[in-house]
Amino acid sequence: MKEKSFDVVVIGAGVTGCAIARELSRWDLKVCVAEREEDVCSGTSKANSAIVHAGYDAVPGSLKARFNVEGNRMMGDLAEELEFDFKRNGSLVLCFSQEDMPALEELRQKGIKNGVEGLEILTGDQVRAMEPNVTDSVTAALYAPTGGIVCPFGLTIALAENACENGVEFSFNTGIRSIEKHDTGYVLKAEDTVLYADCIVNAAGVYADVFHNMVSEKKIHITPRKGDYCLLDKEAGSHVSHTIFQLPGKLGKGILVAPTVHGNLLTGPTAKDIEDKECTATTAEGLAEVMQKAGLGVKDIPFRQVITSFCGLRAHEDGDDFIIGEAEDAPGFFDAAGIESPGLSSAPAIGVYLAELVAEKLQAPRKETWNGKRKGFIRPEKMSREERAALIKEHPEYGTIICRCEGVSEGEILDAIRRSPGAVSLDGIKRRVRQGMGRCQAGFCTPRTMEILARELGVTMEEICKNAPGSNMLTGEKQEGAAL
Amino acid sequence: MMEHDIVIIGGGPAGLAAAVAARKAGIQDILILERDSCLGGILNQCIHNGFGLHTFKEELTGPEYAARYIAMAQEEKIPYRLNTMVIDISKEKEVTFINREDGLSTVKAKAVILAMGCRERPRGALNIPGYRPAGIYSAGTAQRLMNIEGCSVGKEVVILGSGDIGLIMARRMTLEGAKVKVVAELMPYSGGLKRNIVQCLDDYGIPLKLSHTVVDIQGKERVTGITLAEVGPDRKPIPGTQEHYDCDTLLLSVGLIPENELSRGIGVAMSPVTSGPEVNDCLETSQEGIFACGNVLHVHDLVDYVSEEASLAGKNAAAYVKAGEKKAGRKVAITAENGVRYTVPQTLDIINMQDSVTVRFRVADVYRDRYITVYYDGVPVIRRKKKVLAPGEMEQIVLKKESFSDYPELKNIVIRTEVE
Amino acid sequence: MEVRELICIGCPLGCPLTVRMDGEEISVSGNTCRRGEDYAKKEVLSPTRIVTSSVRVKDGVIRMVSVKTKSDIPKNRIFDVMDEIHKASAEAPVAIGDVIIKDCAGTGVPVIATKAVDKA
Repeated sequence: MKEKSFDVVVIGAGVTGCAIARELSRWDLKVCVAEREEDVCSGTSKANSAIVHAGYDAVPGSLKARFNVEGNRMMGDLAEELEFDFKRNGSLVLCFSQEDMPALEELRQKGIKNGVEGLEILTGDQVRAMEPNVTDSVTAALYAPTGGIVCPFGLTIALAENACENGVEFSFNTGIRSIEKHDTGYVLKAEDTVLYADCIVNAAGVYADVFHNMVSEKKIHITPRKGDYCLLDKEAGSHVSHTIFQLPGKLGKGILVAPTVHGNLLTGPTAKDIEDKECTATTAEGLAEVMQKAGLGVKDIPFRQVITSFCGLRAHEDGDDFIIGEAEDAPGFFDAAGIESPGLSSAPAIGVYLAELVAEKLQAPRKETWNGKRKGFIRPEKMSREERAALIKEHPEYGTIICRCEGVSEGEILDAIRRSPGAVSLDGIKRRVRQGMGRCQAGFCTPRTMEILARELGVTMEEICKNAPGSNMLTGEKQEGAAL
Repeated sequence: MMEHDIVIIGGGPAGLAAAVAARKAGIQDILILERDSCLGGILNQCIHNGFGLHTFKEELTGPEYAARYIAMAQEEKIPYRLNTMVIDISKEKEVTFINREDGLSTVKAKAVILAMGCRERPRGALNIPGYRPAGIYSAGTAQRLMNIEGCSVGKEVVILGSGDIGLIMARRMTLEGAKVKVVAELMPYSGGLKRNIVQCLDDYGIPLKLSHTVVDIQGKERVTGITLAEVGPDRKPIPGTQEHYDCDTLLLSVGLIPENELSRGIGVAMSPVTSGPEVNDCLETSQEGIFACGNVLHVHDLVDYVSEEASLAGKNAAAYVKAGEKKAGRKVAITAENGVRYTVPQTLDIINMQDSVTVRFRVADVYRDRYITVYYDGVPVIRRKKKVLAPGEMEQIVLKKESFSDYPELKNIVIRTEVE
Repeated sequence: MEVRELICIGCPLGCPLTVRMDGEEISVSGNTCRRGEDYAKKEVLSPTRIVTSSVRVKDGVIRMVSVKTKSDIPKNRIFDVMDEIHKASAEAPVAIGDVIIKDCAGTGVPVIATKAVDKA
């Protein structure tokens, strides 16, 4: 049994946990992020719409409204400091009938109250001039120029790396089983690890209610709200340039169609409340719904070019808002619970807010030296020919292409593995440098990548996992002179 | 900038045959660029036999077939670069590639031969619902892991798709001690060669379920099972026909797609049916001096035909380099109709063509007792009775130059299947 | 009399063949050409197959070398042959045609390399 003491333990290395960890690293505190999976960004943060919402959606005065708008404002500078992919592509909420116009105007008014800038109502024709593939049935739209798209992996990994750089520890494969309140603080028990902490930050996504309820009598309840998505080939990536939402109406909440920062086209999600916090299986009905509803607002989506589909779980709390702050009856236990959409957009602002609360609680001083900058992955594909030639000359491993579809070199894969926290699984490499994320979906590069990972980690090929322990790629190796 | 007469993109069976043919046609300055660490391409992992019956009149394994062509290329001292990825080809035939040794380089070619091969359709393209655990492999990936890396990819296996690689892998995994429970095929017929169904499935008692597909994948970390369902004529699952199979591995053999990122980058005209470039009877794309052959042009069943086609591309590229410029001719479109899905080539120059041109095509469905008829401007000129035609088996028909002598003003050639 | 149903692999037609065996007498029906009859007779009398696999190489530039039985072996011996192949290994350098197993599983047929592997 490993035992370790920290000032703060953050439960969950999703985008919220990592944002809080990075902000906590500004203070003179010993911080650990405990994550049950093998890597950061392995739950809700890896499977969502990859949207930085403008902030007109949330009820004015709610935490969602506050942190969304703040997070949106922070995202541009953060993307520069931490070098992750973010683009303010603007968003459109489509309206399909005159009778829905008041609802569209109401949305605009909400946005103004929330502090969203630049909101504008456009006519159907104006929308089609901006987005030629918007259907003829669209009568008007709310345009939000501050809406954006982000790489959720890139954001989370950048936050984690920067936190790590500034002294935060990450403990992976550490699923917390119990939390006990002692006189001096909390004891968190995982299967083979005991962590002692003065403060806990609960950023456990769909499990945040479980941890909260371990220490608090004021119970909360989170429902996993399941959403299926389809991701399309880069060839379809310019089908729309803005993020296209549908005005919630008779047909439900609608399905968004958006480009991704990497140039793919994303459509989804469905919304189905379930009980199983582990159910990330897509369904035939869900995928059919995505394709059908996406077509209402955007025409001729080339669904033949779907390269993958996936399912994410939003952590929906019964109170329909984020729960952020110290639990009333559990001093030192801070929640970041119910972080569903716009959670990704809000994460940076939640991080700042919660870290300050925790630091105040522990009366921690600011660190004298803190480096808020993080170097992104070298991406030869984005370089000029001269730069790329020079790079390969200095680092020949950037001259060996492993993933053909996304043009990812051995150098990038090594970088992904050697960083802290580094990739220890195929999915970890994929999320960092996009190996296997292209149209062949890792058909060609899987064997090569497995070899590199095995070599770098000093393990056998059979030990290589797709993601969490148990997701081994192989079922054995042919041994010399032995049957399987 | 270095200049070469012919630069060949890909050192698999197509690239090698093209190179050898170009050299035999008198071109000295040839460069093959291969992305893998050895020549021979995908044949290196196709360790089963059945290759070369047409080309060498004997039955070889994939590596042996490749070795013959590698030997020919080496005898001819044709230069090649391994571990080299071409990242761009311009209309001016400037080929940019990268590798460890040369870094990033650009060479200029008088002619380019595209021979990049194809890739497998992944799960995502089928939109199979369910979890996304480890243990879902395209058949070729599993083949590489087993045959080249010596790894065991699974013990209890379900295979979706009855393409040839899927059938070959059913046998291969069985021989390595795995239990292949079933091969499911969405279509009412198999996409693979008949001999593979007999020798890879029937020999080992592996059931083939036609008109079936995977409707769910279970298992959070590693595959634990899948659900099959029968599909109706609309290829949609029929409710109530679900059947569960416990397995740790799902192999997909659901089609091959020519790998044409570079071709698209050049801007050559593409066929939406083959997903390969459109070519004339010289196997030249819409961009002058850029040729295509093998699986990048259209997916073949037999490597022997790849070699034959690639030799022609090599020979024609050589002729192009020597002539410098093309003679004016009479380009006639070949139209595929009524059950013929496509033809390669798509056009024919009836003045400058060779004495005969082989037109290859595939049909859209399984047909029995049909005719393949070729029309010149509406006149039936060739009519062949076929006992059976199947989408999984490539067909060919030879058009002779002399047959066009009565049609100097020819506008269109049509190839179609006909019942009577 | 024994009756067996086969599918001819001679060509894409895939004729369903019925083979009737009455002592020495073998009759084939369902075939459309001579090849069908020949195939059916061989399949019922002495079906054989070439077996291919790969074995590990010591000190080679690659890990595995592909192999095959030099000629076809009786179909009912396939798994015996595979058992021996599983136990075999090779040492680099290997040339195409090198014998990896002299007499595989008592079939009298050697297993040979189908790929050259240089020494690392």
